[in-house]
Amino acid sequence: MLQFLQQIINGLSLGSIYALVALGYTMVYGIIKLINFAHGDIYMLGAYIGYICIAYLNLPFSVALIASMVLCALIGVLIEKVAYKPLRHATRIAALITAIGVSYLLQNVTQTVMGSNVRSYPSVLSDAMIEFAGLRISHQQLYIFIITIVLMCALQYIVKFTKMGRAMRAVSVDSDAARLMGINVDRTISITFAIGSALAGAAGIMVGVYYNTINPLMGSVPGLKAFIAAVFGGIGIIPGAMLGGFAIGIIETLVIGYGSSLYKDAVVYAILILILILKPSGLLGKNRKEKV
Amino acid sequence: MSILTMRNVTRLFGGLAAVSDANLYLNEGELVGLIGPNGAGKTTLFNLITGVYEPSKGEICLEHNGEMVQIGGKEPYKISQLGISRTFQNIRLFKSMTVLDNLLVAMHKNCKYSIVSGILRLPSFFTHEEAMRKEAMHILEFVGLDKFAEDQARNLSYGEQRKLEIARALATHPKLLFLDEPAAGMNPQETAELTELIHKIRDEFHVTILLIEHDMSLVMNLCERIYVLDYGRLIANGTPEEIKHNKRVIEAYLGEEV
Amino acid sequence: MRKLLNRSTLCWIALTIGVYAVIAALIHRDIINAYYQITLITIAIDIVLAVSLNLIIGVCGQFSLGHAGFMCIGAYCGAIVTKTMPNLTGLLLGLVVGIVVSALAALVVAIPTLRLKGDYLAIATLGFSEIIRIIVLNLEITNGAAGLTNIPKMTNWTIAYIAIVVSLIIIVNFGRSSSGRACISIREDEIAAEAMGINLTKYKCIAFIIGAALASVAGGLYASYFRVIKPELFNFNKSVDVLIIVVFGGIGSITGSVIAGVLLGLITLALQSFAQVRMILYAVAIVAIMIFRPEGLLGTSEFTFSGLFKRFKKGGVKHVDSNNA
Repeated sequence: MLQFLQQIINGLSLGSIYALVALGYTMVYGIIKLINFAHGDIYMLGAYIGYICIAYLNLPFSVALIASMVLCALIGVLIEKVAYKPLRHATRIAALITAIGVSYLLQNVTQTVMGSNVRSYPSVLSDAMIEFAGLRISHQQLYIFIITIVLMCALQYIVKFTKMGRAMRAVSVDSDAARLMGINVDRTISITFAIGSALAGAAGIMVGVYYNTINPLMGSVPGLKAFIAAVFGGIGIIPGAMLGGFAIGIIETLVIGYGSSLYKDAVVYAILILILILKPSGLLGKNRKEKV
Repeated sequence: MSILTMRNVTRLFGGLAAVSDANLYLNEGELVGLIGPNGAGKTTLFNLITGVYEPSKGEICLEHNGEMVQIGGKEPYKISQLGISRTFQNIRLFKSMTVLDNLLVAMHKNCKYSIVSGILRLPSFFTHEEAMRKEAMHILEFVGLDKFAEDQARNLSYGEQRKLEIARALATHPKLLFLDEPAAGMNPQETAELTELIHKIRDEFHVTILLIEHDMSLVMNLCERIYVLDYGRLIANGTPEEIKHNKRVIEAYLGEEV
Repeated sequence: MRKLLNRSTLCWIALTIGVYAVIAALIHRDIINAYYQITLITIAIDIVLAVSLNLIIGVCGQFSLGHAGFMCIGAYCGAIVTKTMPNLTGLLLGLVVGIVVSALAALVVAIPTLRLKGDYLAIATLGFSEIIRIIVLNLEITNGAAGLTNIPKMTNWTIAYIAIVVSLIIIVNFGRSSSGRACISIREDEIAAEAMGINLTKYKCIAFIIGAALASVAGGLYASYFRVIKPELFNFNKSVDVLIIVVFGGIGSITGSVIAGVLLGLITLALQSFAQVRMILYAVAIVAIMIFRPEGLLGTSEFTFSGLFKRFKKGGVKHVDSNNA
C-alpha cells in the first residue's frame, strides 16, 4: 500500500508536467482545430531557455521560470503568425503537416545551436526529501506540484472570468460568429498560443530540474503523451487536459513500478485507443453526431 | 398493399420528442407528401426510416420478398440495400466525382464483379462495367443530365444538383424513394419541370415516393395523399382536398385562432 | 478485349519498359553507381509506401498516421524468412508472410478505429503503429532494440521496379473499379455514401488492408536492401516522412505521389553534403510548401495518356484533368 501511494506521488509530479503541456494542446485544438505537433518542441525550448538562464546567466530558478515562460510565449505567437495563420483556411491535413515541419525545424535548429548531445541540468532546487508517514516527497516534486496548481488556477481564472477568456471560449465555439460580434479573432488566437506555450515552457524547465538531463529531441515523446492526455480528458476541454495529464502520469509510473518500463509507452497508447473507441470525445466530452 | 408501415414510432432527443407516436403507411406505387411547419420533425421522420437515427420506440417495417421486415434501427446501408433510397435537404453529392460516377457509386450494391477482377481487369470487369455505365447513362438521360456525365458534380447548377441527387437515388434500384425538399431553391419554372419529372419517375421506375416539401402548390398538385406533421405528431392523413379543409392542419399552419 | 490494348495502354506499357530500361542501362554503365543506387532504391521504396498511403488517405479519405507500423511488420517478416532461406524464393515467401501478417494487423486496427473520424483516427493509428513497434522492440525473434543484421541482400533495381509497377497497377485499377468508387464516395461524404448502400466499415477496411499490405512489401524490400533493421527505423517520424510525400504530391493524386517521391529523394541526395543544415532546410521546405501550395504539387489531378491525347487534339486548349479549381 505504501509503495502504491509512493507511486501515486511520483505519478502526480510526472502528471503535472503532462498536464501543463496537454493544456497547450487542448487550448490550441479547441480554438483552431489543429494538433499542434510543434508544441512538444516548445516544451523542449522551455527547458533549454531555462538551462541557459541558470547555467550561463546564473539567474535564480524563479527568474529562469518566468524568462522561459515569456520567451516560449513569444516563440509560440511567432510560429502561429508565420506558419499557421496563412493556412487557417487550408485543409486540416496541410496545417498538420506544417506543424510537423515546424517541429522538425525547432528540433534541428536547437541541435545546430546547442549541439545534439545530452546536457545535464544544474541543480537549482534542493533535492532534500520530506518523509511523511513512510512516504518520501522531494522538494522538487513539491515545487513542481505547487507551480502546476498555481498555473492551472491562473489559467482557469483567465478563461472563466476575464474578457479575453470569454473571447477565447467564443472563438472556439464559432470563430465566424465571434468575429461578427466584434471579437478580434486573430488576437484571441495569438493569446491562446501565448498562454499554451508559456505553460509548456514552464513544464520544460521543471522537467529539466526534475530529471537533470535535456536534449533537443526530448519534446517529441512527452509531447505525444501530453496530446494523448488531452484526448483522454476530452480534447478542447481545459479541465479534461488536467485530468488526462495526471491520469497518464500516474498510469505510467504504475506500469513502471509494477510491470515493465519497456511496455510503459505501449500501455499509454493502448489506453488512448480504448478511450477513442469507447468514448471518442474523451472522459469529459460530449458526443456529437453530424446533422443530416 | 402497403410496402412500408410505421407503428407508434417515437424518437427522443434528450427529453424532447422530435417524433412521437407516429403511425404511417405507404401503399405500393403511391405518391405521398409529408408537410408541416418548420421544425415539425419531417426530416427526423426520414432519418428514422432510412436508418440515420434509431427509433426510441415503435417499429418500422418494409416489404421484402413478400414479407414485412423490421428495419427500424438497421444501418443505413442495409436499409438502402433493402430498397429505400433518398435525397438530402442540404445537397450531399460526391462533389469532386463526375456526374456519372455519382450514379455508379449508387449502383455499387448491384455490381457483379469482384474486387480481384477489378484489380486484374478480368473480362467480367469490362462487361459489367459497361453494363453499369449504360444503365447510369440511361438514368441521366431520363433526368436530362446526360450531357454533363463527365463533369464534376460540383460544377452543376443548383437545380441540376438537385436532379442529380434524384438520379443517384434512382440508381440504387429503390422501390421506395424519399425526396427531402426536392424543389427547395428552385424557381417556378424549374419547380414545374420537377413536378413533371417526379410523375415520370413514378411511372417509369415503378417506385413509391414520399416527399417532404414546403411548396404547397407542388404538394397539392403532385401528391395523391398527404401526411401532416406538427410538433412531432402526425395530425392528419388524407387527399389534398381533405387536407386543405382539415381544421387541425389550418390551425397548425396559421396558429390557434381560425 | 479491345479495351485492353488501346492507345493509352500501349503508351503506358512503353513508358514502363522505357523507364526500366534507361535506368538499368545507367546502372550497367555505372553512371548510377553504388552510392546513387542507395538513393534510387530508397526512392522506389518511398514510392511504394506513398502510393499505398495515398490509397488510404487520398482515395478513401481516412487519415492514417500509422503507416510505418505496417512497413515494420513487412521488414521483420521479410528479414526473418530470408535469413533462414537466403534466395529469391525466400524473399518472395518473406514478402507473402509480411503481406498476410500486416493484412491481419490492419484488420485488427481497422475494425475498431475506422469508426473514428479525422484527427481521432490519425491519433489512433499512430498509437497502433507505436504499439507494433514496441512489441517488436520487446520480442526475442526480432532481437529487441539491436534489431536484425546480416539480412541477405536481394533487392535490386529490377525487384524494386516490379514492386512499384505492381503497386501502381493494383492501386490505380482498384481506384477505377466499383469498389474503388465506393471508397472515393466515402471520402466525399460518408452519410451520402451510406445512404447509397455503401458499407462504410467494409470499404474502409479494404482500402486500409490493401495499403497495409503494400507498405509491408516496401518494408520487406527495405530489409533486404539495407540488410540492417531496428525498431527505431519504423517510428512516428517514418510515418510522417511518407505522409509528407503524399501531401507534397497532392492528396489523392497517385501521379503526385510518384513525382513527389522522386523529387524529395533527389532533394535529400542534394542536401546530403550540408549535414546538419540539411534537416533545417528540409523542415523549412515542408513549411514553405504547405504555405504556398497547401494542395500539393498536383492537387488531385492525375497524368493520363488519354488526357494528353485530348489536349493535343484540342490544339493548345489547356486540359484540366481533374478538380484543380
